[in-house]
Amino acid sequence: MSGRDVVLGRVRRALADVPGGEGPGGPPVVRDYRRVHGSRTTAETVDLLAGNLADYRAIVHRSDAEGLPALIGRLLAERGARTVVVPPGLERSWTAAADVRLVEDRASSTPHELDAVDSVVTGCALALAETGTIVLDAGPDQGRRRITLIPDHHLCVVRVPDQVVGSVPEALPRLSPGRPLTWISGPSATSDIELDRVEGVHGPRTLEVILLAGGAGAG
Amino acid sequence: MSGTYLGMPAFPKAAAVSTRDSRLRANLAHATRTIRDKRARAVAELDDWAQLRAAGAAVKDRTLRHLDHYLEQLEAAVTAAGGHVHWAADAKEANRIVTALVRETGEHEVVKVKSMATQEIGLNEALAEAGIRAYETDLAELIVQLGDDLPSHILVPAIHRNRAEIRDIFRREMGNWGRPAPDDLSDSPAELAEAARRHLREKFLSAKVGISGANFMVAETGTLVVVESEGNGRMCLTLPQTLISVVGIEKVVPTWQDLEIFLQLLPRSSTAERMNPYTSTWTGTTDGDGPESFHLVLLDNGRTDTLADTVGRQALRCIRCSACLNVCPVYERAGGHAYGSPYPGPIGAIITPQLRGVEGTLEASLPYASSLCGACYEVCPVAIDIPEVLVHLRERVVEGGPVTRGGARTVLRPARGHAAERAAMRAAGWVLGHPGVLRAGMRFAARTRKLHPRRLPGPGRAWSDTRDLPAVPAESFRDWWQRTRGTGSVPAKQAGDEK
Ligand code: SF4
Repeated sequence: MSGRDVVLGRVRRALADVPGGEGPGGPPVVRDYRRVHGSRTTAETVDLLAGNLADYRAIVHRSDAEGLPALIGRLLAERGARTVVVPPGLERSWTAAADVRLVEDRASSTPHELDAVDSVVTGCALALAETGTIVLDAGPDQGRRRITLIPDHHLCVVRVPDQVVGSVPEALPRLSPGRPLTWISGPSATSDIELDRVEGVHGPRTLEVILLAGGAGAG
Repeated sequence: MSGTYLGMPAFPKAAAVSTRDSRLRANLAHATRTIRDKRARAVAELDDWAQLRAAGAAVKDRTLRHLDHYLEQLEAAVTAAGGHVHWAADAKEANRIVTALVRETGEHEVVKVKSMATQEIGLNEALAEAGIRAYETDLAELIVQLGDDLPSHILVPAIHRNRAEIRDIFRREMGNWGRPAPDDLSDSPAELAEAARRHLREKFLSAKVGISGANFMVAETGTLVVVESEGNGRMCLTLPQTLISVVGIEKVVPTWQDLEIFLQLLPRSSTAERMNPYTSTWTGTTDGDGPESFHLVLLDNGRTDTLADTVGRQALRCIRCSACLNVCPVYERAGGHAYGSPYPGPIGAIITPQLRGVEGTLEASLPYASSLCGACYEVCPVAIDIPEVLVHLRERVVEGGPVTRGGARTVLRPARGHAAERAAMRAAGWVLGHPGVLRAGMRFAARTRKLHPRRLPGPGRAWSDTRDLPAVPAESFRDWWQRTRGTGSVPAKQAGDEK
């Protein structure tokens, strides 16, 4: 008998008490929890996102489309970044003012090559205000998962308010489970040593988020 | 590596060692208090916590009641997304499957992200026997592995080590495993974390095989979810060519939407954060991004035996948040190692005897490693009534009865007169003999009483009738003790040995 047959057979025998007529959809699950916590205007939701991002030690900036290239250029310069990896679908204009060498995200590049890169600039799939989370789904303006993992500095642009949702229940329907997702809430951290929080272990130790205004309904 | 728990002494003996170690006790007391307070604040931010908790329990119950259906659905979805699904009835089978998969790659090293399932089956030791070195990459696991030690807390496995000890371990051992620690390494947590980053970076960048567990598996989509803080999980899930995930069959949830419950319950209940720094989800393989080959090993290893027990089944709802450890007065004093498995604290006291059976002396003693104060039930984000299961298991130990072992039904004989009985008595005596445990238990019980079920259903009823009285837990415990033992005398020799 295969391992599969053994395990499934045991499961079925273990569930002898479950009435035969009860389908996999029962017993009912009452979902009377909130879709979102509290009521907020769009601007307040964006403010909450900014506040929660900062609370988990992400550095938050705000910009409009016009000011974005200069801001990205300045942030990279302040960081002393010389090489920057960018995903293939990133708006060219975003990095136009940056005095850096741009590295394309290629399938053939090795992790060691990426380790020599100073920064990464990406967009995102969406951001969650209540938890201060940005979600990447490996879309064209975000690239392969590893490019936002190996460089030590991540600059992430969030289009507000279009890409901002309030809560976890609002986020999931907008995300595709078929894509590899990375939810990021602040830079990596550990409290493994006497529960002292240390920011930055293996992921990028600095996370900067730019809230880019100018989407529909922005004010 | 001594990563095996075989031959661990029964609870009270191991607990006695821990309670004599005052530094360990101080570390634990500080740590559990800190997490406890932070967690309460994170939970209080959500005014629908009770509804989320009830929904979390209901989703898990539904899944467990139709586990065969959801496992088959999961298998089909993972396979359709390019993954390979394997089934392991026990630890040996799982280790054999993983070892063979690693061998196929021709590699002799693997990077691992913290996984309780692989600790449970002793995977690292099995791989070592096959000449394969497994590198733990979670900072705490690294400390434990380098220190040739055992984890003592679900979330903070090295909670029993302080910073100076960690520095010494890093200085002494890192060079034997890869990049050595700098000579002038201090004991500041930031420097220690930096040393770990450098030590592990080379391993991540060249790793060809990654091994993980998963927090959740979504049946309808075939998606796996790993929740973490440090980024070592992302490294292990993204950079290697081959990814092998070993996951207990109870980790499945039916739908993508169900994650909206658990991704709110878990981070707040576990690390007391609104959201943990990194959550990764993946479905099979993705062309040009991440591992080219993905294997899911579905692990039984006693879970179906647990499922067969209609009272004990609820333990399989557990999402391993560790909140119950941090409120437990027994855990705080006894330490994680006393529980003799990767699952310490209240959850360990109900899951280990069910996964392994209550016949062994350690397993028989675990249901007694509790003052039944109920604090664990109150904090549990999926509302596992741990005291109810403890009482149920005590009855199994003392009175015997029908159980399922290795998928076969059998009738357990009462422990009376056997080593298991003596181990259980000693554990009970240990709890009774630690006034601090009972005092703390009273505090919790007083605070949480209104949250307790008025009476326990089923065989624990006679006991719960006394528990609901305004009596101190020591009294109701003694009542219970007298009823089941029928001797009327409490083992007095243990009393007052708490320093
Ligand atoms: S039993 Fe409940 S509180 Fe304890 S670890 Fe599991 S889910 Fe968390």
